[in-house]
Amino acid sequence: MSTARAAGVIAAELELLAPRTDRWRRLGMVIRDNPFGVFGLVLILVLAVFAIFAPAIAPFSPSEIGAGPDLADPSPAHPFGADDLGRDMFSRVVFGARISLTVGFLSVIVGTLVGSLIGMVSGYFGGAVDNFVQRWVDTSIAFPPLLGLLLLRQVMGPSIETLIIAIGFFVLFPVIRIVRGAVLSEKNNQYVEAARALGASTSRILFLHIAPNVAALAIIISTTLLGTAVLAEASLSFLGLGLPSAVSWGGDVNAARNHFPPDLWWAFFPGAAITLTVLGFNLFGDALRDILDPRLRGRL
Amino acid sequence: MQRYIIRRLVQAAVALFTLSLVVFLLLRLTPGADPALLRCGIGCKEERRQAIREELGLKDNYLVQYATWGKQLVTGSLGTDANNATVAGQLRHRLPTTLELLIIGMLLTVSIGISFGVVSAVFRNSLADYSARFAAILGLAVPSFWLATLVLLIPQQFWDYAPPLGRTIGFLDSPWDNLRQFVPAAFVLAVASAAGVMRLTRSALLDVMRQDYVRTARAKGLRERTVVSRHALKNSLIPVITLLGLQMASLFSGSIIIETIFNLQGVGQYFFNAMFAKDFQVAQTLTLYVGAVVLLINLVVDVGYAWLDPRIRYA
Repeated sequence: MSTARAAGVIAAELELLAPRTDRWRRLGMVIRDNPFGVFGLVLILVLAVFAIFAPAIAPFSPSEIGAGPDLADPSPAHPFGADDLGRDMFSRVVFGARISLTVGFLSVIVGTLVGSLIGMVSGYFGGAVDNFVQRWVDTSIAFPPLLGLLLLRQVMGPSIETLIIAIGFFVLFPVIRIVRGAVLSEKNNQYVEAARALGASTSRILFLHIAPNVAALAIIISTTLLGTAVLAEASLSFLGLGLPSAVSWGGDVNAARNHFPPDLWWAFFPGAAITLTVLGFNLFGDALRDILDPRLRGRL
Repeated sequence: MQRYIIRRLVQAAVALFTLSLVVFLLLRLTPGADPALLRCGIGCKEERRQAIREELGLKDNYLVQYATWGKQLVTGSLGTDANNATVAGQLRHRLPTTLELLIIGMLLTVSIGISFGVVSAVFRNSLADYSARFAAILGLAVPSFWLATLVLLIPQQFWDYAPPLGRTIGFLDSPWDNLRQFVPAAFVLAVASAAGVMRLTRSALLDVMRQDYVRTARAKGLRERTVVSRHALKNSLIPVITLLGLQMASLFSGSIIIETIFNLQGVGQYFFNAMFAKDFQVAQTLTLYVGAVVLLINLVVDVGYAWLDPRIRYA
């Protein structure tokens, strides 16, 4: 077989192998390959709709006392039952999505932004700065997270800002670690050298040239951390250190547990809502990571 | 090797010192964090509060306070908590409870996590694999406080069963009652970490099974069982051991919630009560001790790891 003919055969085979798909077909393939990720995304979207249109979806106000019989079991009128004051649990679960998603998203955004900044500086400058930051991260990652969370939370006092900062603080460390690693490999590329040769300032190189190249990675990590943040908010609320006035899933589970006698259904639905939320974020985050950067599998 | 250990020891000491400074200052510079207020009680008079501050040494300058605290930490005479019990006595009393919880929790993590991970990897894409993976994903998503609440409420509602609550029963006093108290709690504690271990074991084992030496072992005609257990599993467990070291920290985190829910009088519950009552004297001491233990465990894991794999020492 002549070389030219072989090349022709290979070219034809390549054409056969090449994806002949338009955008929608490709989307369909992504969905087919990642059924769990899509399931996660659907869960998140449903929750987002709950959170945004809560007043329209919830049949009662979450604080309406006596909307149903006290400690009602699930029934068509009150699908999730009612708590000790007769407040409709379905409405409370719908409204609970608000605080959970708000704190979850904002703390991850704050933590990712600050963490990326520290990680970029640490990776780019290296030396003593890098050493200091890395030791700090090593220690903090090993430290029991809830211990620090309780400490920060109790010291800072109750408000949504402090809640977001306290949880955001624990999102920092994995972000710093991954972004630093990415910057370390990125800064030796020729485009950075070229920018430096053109006389670009350090901040220009960092923010205009390097940042866009590590941004995708930062987004991937932050997605995988959303579930953790939601879980942290729920745990704090459960321990009575969430937002005192807000309707929150963790707070409701705690109320149900502390009531005498404890009520199973009352505790069941808010907790199931937390589980589904965290499940949604985890599944979606994992799928996103696998699609965008399969090399990270097992590292995050 | 020696140099590596010394370097890590110095790093751990610096980290511990930094942690002590941060906790010390954090609790002193924040408004409202006054241990005297709590000891003084409701309707506290200003002179009385000042007298208690004097007594606790809170009026000394920070350097003196820090030195006093340092001396306390080293000598083990840790002062009293807000209930006028000695902190050292409380710790002696509570440590066995937390240790038992952590040990059973760790045993469950290792046995459930590794065995499910191995089954999942060996019977890849089978029904067993899918069920184990699904359970792991769920295990990572379930909040432990909710699971703990269900573990207590469901048997109570449907079978009228309750574990012995109230006082924590020593293992030697009544082994059966002791286990009835600890095993459900330790199980809930272990769910999330077992799920993490299962996932890592599975992916690490699958990685190793693709390597040439495993193919060689198969080509020699060894039984699949021997290939997995003698050749593949050992190497795949190295990353798992690192993860287990890190998980000691999250198990301790979990014990704060679990001990509170199952009413086990351990260190986690003590920390939570101190924190909730803003008894920062106790909180700072416990934080530092836990930090020291966690650093020590990580040190041991890292040194063991460096011993297994010489490349790490020079990284």
